[in-house]
Amino acid sequence: MKFTLSWLKDHLDTEASLDEITYALTDLGLEVEGVENPAARLSEFTIGKVVSAEKHPDADKLKVCQVQTDAGMSQIICGAPNAREGITVVIAKPGVHVPGIDTTIGVGKIRGVESHGMMASERELELSDEHEGIIELPSGEVGETFTDWLAANDPAKVDPVIEIAITPNRPDALGVRGIALDLAARGLGTMKPAQTAHVAGDGPCPITVTIDDDTRQDGCEVFAGRLIRGVKNGPSPQWLQDRLRAIGLRPISALVDVTNFFTFDRNRPLHVFDADKVQGNLRIHRTQGGETLTGLDEKDYTFDAGQVVISDDNGIESIGGIMGGLATGCTGETVNVFLEAAVWETVQIAMTGRALKINSDARYRNERGIDPAFNMEAVELATQMIIDLCGGTASDVTVAGEVPNVSRSYRLDPARVQSLVGMEIPEAEQRKTLESLGFKLEGDMAWVPSWRPDVQGEADLVEEVARIASLTRLEGKPLPRATIGVPKPILSPMQKRQQVARRTAAALGYNECVSYTFIDHTAAQLFGGGDDATMLENPISSEMSHMRPDLLPGLLQAAARNQARGLNDLALFEVGPAFHGGEPDEQHLQVAGLLVGRTGPRDVHGASRPVDLFDAKADVEALLSALGAPAKTQVLRNGPGWWHPGRHGAICLGPKKQLAIFGEINPRVLSELDVKGPAVAFSVWPAEIPAARRKATTRPALELRDLQAVDRDFAFIVDADVEALTLVNAAAGADKTLIENVHVFDEFIGGSLGEGKKSIAITVRMQPTEKTLKEADIEAVGAKVVEKVQKATGGVLRG
Amino acid sequence: MDQLRDKYITAIANAADEAALEDLRVQAVGKKGEISLKMRELGRMTPEERQTAGPALNALKDEINSAIAAKRAALADAALDERLRGEWLDVTLPARHKRRGTVHPVSQVTEEVTAIFADMGFAVAEGPRIDTDWYNFDALNIPSHHPARAEMDTFYMHRAEGDDRPPHVLRTHTSPVQIRTMEAEGAPLRVICPGGVYRADYDQTHTPMFHQVEGLAIDRDISMANLKWVLEEFFAAFFEIDGIKTRFRASHFPFTEPSAEVDIQCSWVDGQLRIGEGDDWMEVLGSGMVHPKVLRAGGIDPDEWQGFAFGIGIDRLAMLKYGIPDLRAFFDSDLRWLRHYGFAALDVPTLHGGLSR
Repeated sequence: MKFTLSWLKDHLDTEASLDEITYALTDLGLEVEGVENPAARLSEFTIGKVVSAEKHPDADKLKVCQVQTDAGMSQIICGAPNAREGITVVIAKPGVHVPGIDTTIGVGKIRGVESHGMMASERELELSDEHEGIIELPSGEVGETFTDWLAANDPAKVDPVIEIAITPNRPDALGVRGIALDLAARGLGTMKPAQTAHVAGDGPCPITVTIDDDTRQDGCEVFAGRLIRGVKNGPSPQWLQDRLRAIGLRPISALVDVTNFFTFDRNRPLHVFDADKVQGNLRIHRTQGGETLTGLDEKDYTFDAGQVVISDDNGIESIGGIMGGLATGCTGETVNVFLEAAVWETVQIAMTGRALKINSDARYRNERGIDPAFNMEAVELATQMIIDLCGGTASDVTVAGEVPNVSRSYRLDPARVQSLVGMEIPEAEQRKTLESLGFKLEGDMAWVPSWRPDVQGEADLVEEVARIASLTRLEGKPLPRATIGVPKPILSPMQKRQQVARRTAAALGYNECVSYTFIDHTAAQLFGGGDDATMLENPISSEMSHMRPDLLPGLLQAAARNQARGLNDLALFEVGPAFHGGEPDEQHLQVAGLLVGRTGPRDVHGASRPVDLFDAKADVEALLSALGAPAKTQVLRNGPGWWHPGRHGAICLGPKKQLAIFGEINPRVLSELDVKGPAVAFSVWPAEIPAARRKATTRPALELRDLQAVDRDFAFIVDADVEALTLVNAAAGADKTLIENVHVFDEFIGGSLGEGKKSIAITVRMQPTEKTLKEADIEAVGAKVVEKVQKATGGVLRG
Repeated sequence: MDQLRDKYITAIANAADEAALEDLRVQAVGKKGEISLKMRELGRMTPEERQTAGPALNALKDEINSAIAAKRAALADAALDERLRGEWLDVTLPARHKRRGTVHPVSQVTEEVTAIFADMGFAVAEGPRIDTDWYNFDALNIPSHHPARAEMDTFYMHRAEGDDRPPHVLRTHTSPVQIRTMEAEGAPLRVICPGGVYRADYDQTHTPMFHQVEGLAIDRDISMANLKWVLEEFFAAFFEIDGIKTRFRASHFPFTEPSAEVDIQCSWVDGQLRIGEGDDWMEVLGSGMVHPKVLRAGGIDPDEWQGFAFGIGIDRLAMLKYGIPDLRAFFDSDLRWLRHYGFAALDVPTLHGGLSR
């Protein structure tokens, strides 16, 4: 919402400075977004008089002028055709910045003659497009500042323009008078009386108006109109054009400018029909659906069923409260005009406006709520203004429907302000505040002014009082602790897991990413998603069309971007939600990590090598351990297709309880996502890890054995597809009390073993508890190990 | 005897290596060594003679033994010194590579905010990113025709043909979590709700996903003055600047009443923003007293309970505190950015150890 200072002063009698006004506006909740003060950029220009103007010795079109300025006589070279002796001009002395040409004036020689300044044209001062010659002022004294002269003689040129942001609850502040009322309530001046008018009609209005029965409800409350005959529509007067231009509107014609004036002056949209183009009478009704209208903006609109429109005998002529039709719009030739002031139901306006995608000033105001009680007064004021500007005679006012009664009252509880806001404001001041905003107080009941649809309860009264009193006056007051003593921990077990997973992954050398949770359709499909349930209806780009089914595609795409920048060795991770459906409860927490490239740069130690799945496995085991997962798990190979089918493992508690997956990413997926391998990854689902059973902080007692443990190595030849874990578990089962640990230390495939065979070497650690092991005891356990392993894997001891 | 002593002590001192030393030991105190032989002679002495010669011989034996031990240690030392002199590595060569991981600023700042509010008794509540339009709008006093809905640039989820429910939305704020928490826990209540939120907007300063933390405190007598104190305490703790000034300005949000926008004190020096000094103000936060309709939507009786709510951008807090210039880079996962603006794994923010290093 834009307005000028002088427009504000039409309604507000105030001595307050521009700064005081803008500060108060922001503080009142009418946040100032910008102030354009032309006086500020013209403040250095002064008035001078041309004493003589001689032709330049070396240039036909230039003149050498002697100009009387506040700094004495100055010689100025000027090329303007009207530069001549005796005129009063606007001077830019050396050092002054000229906004229209964005230049700071200096002393220079023009064709060999010195020039000490410039005489400005209107365009150079950004006052108009006029550049035929320099400004000739009809009055003004030498040395007077140009802005003072403008303020006295042409105030519109130095009228500051203020732009404020209006929150949706404040339609009243969409009119300058409403803004003035807030400032007056704050004490920045007093309201000037509102203008009134009454234009007596010269007979019944020949155009009648009806509202269909089904349109009275949630459609059009009241429609008032009258015919004004014999108008002469032309450009509106300069003051009105200046005002509209200042706030960014284009003056069109007197009739249209009048409606725009009331839109911004009183938050009162109006409409004018060219009565000669209206066939028969007007009827307000709902659309059937499928009808069309060309609007005043020359765009074609097609209606859905149930939208509220105004028709004549030719059909639809206007979209009620949103936009008039082109066919019946006023033009320079309009002689007879039908003026409309109506009150429309706000929700219907919002719905229709949104459906038709029309953002007009009328819709903006009608959907937020205008003052219904002002409807009939608006007709009179607008009629008066039209007659004043365009002449003509008015008919009686025709009315359909009824002005709605919006009167309501709420109890003012002065203690509530103290309790809710925490500010001490005396009751008398609270009452005075509300009264100055237009509330009527009867006892402790406050009657809401008709222009404040936002006030709907007691809390709103508190808000008004606090707002006008100023929240800057609010003093902070300690919030007592909810409980006395040391605060209790507040994170839930899952929140702790997130934190632990994040910090552990970072400690393992991974860099945390936060990716967009929506990805492109192809990537989503590669990871088992991309169905319609997880699709956005209105994505901002096709790259962000589906909620991610998994965190890995985001990390892989990040890897591709980094590779494109020449960063090839990557360890990335993310902790966040993935989506297995489009319902609120179809989101789950995932921790994903990705290793790409080498373990590090090439080095003198020969330590750098390509990453492999055992890197991912080590990290996922560290993570699972940090998250409190059981040490004993199964490794299955039932992971989804974006993993390499033979090179991934799912860490499970039983066939259905998957805690994590690690492995190589399927090369097909890598090439789809433009990632250069090797790439290994892991996923952990923290919610799948069973909760810790024990709450106690004590740990089981540490049992240290004094007796020496014994290590024995075994190598078995097994079929190549036998899994090491099967073998290890079999060996460990040979003597559960004595065998403390079984560890694979070598694997050898093929060679002398022949096709399809491999050797797995293990160390079995036996920890005696009672007595030192004798060779015979060790032999016995060894034999048991061999037997168990053979039974489980068919493996034989390597000779 | 003294002559014997001098002979061996000198010889030991001059022994060139371990072997020579061993020879000397055998010569002196070996089974058939000079001193051992002398000791054998003790038996033939008179008791008187034995009384002086015995201890003297024993003492001599001890002296020679320890001289040999000392010399042996000295020789070993010298040998080690000699070896060490030959062992030289170019220690300026690079070490074996170790990756250094980082935590994202969004996570770090979320933890910082959590640490501060946990001390004031606020728990952390979380909720779904895809939510119903009721939780995201209606329950927050934003009915379907409300202009605020259109202004929020909402992302809608696709609705299957025949499913007549209003489309779900990607939450535009974390406020739906407030409603869900009120429903689940009732009053009194103190929670913060951090998390990702979405608006269909992408330019210099907007990304379609960003992060917010909202706070909610409900009790019998909580006022806006308490809100102001809580926020002032928060800003001082978060920015680690005592007495940082805030300014409350009246505003409007459908879900709070009265509502205030909050500015913090700042200044611009050479194009650099400085928080907590100077005469400028920067808008950082929206807040207010929870609207009675919102309390009711959460199943809390507004005649009995009242409280405040506020919302602030986590990414924005991170940008302001750590001088991160571009919001869009937060979500680009550029390794150089992650390393530069990320935090070490053990930089866990705490109130006792400080939020930042």
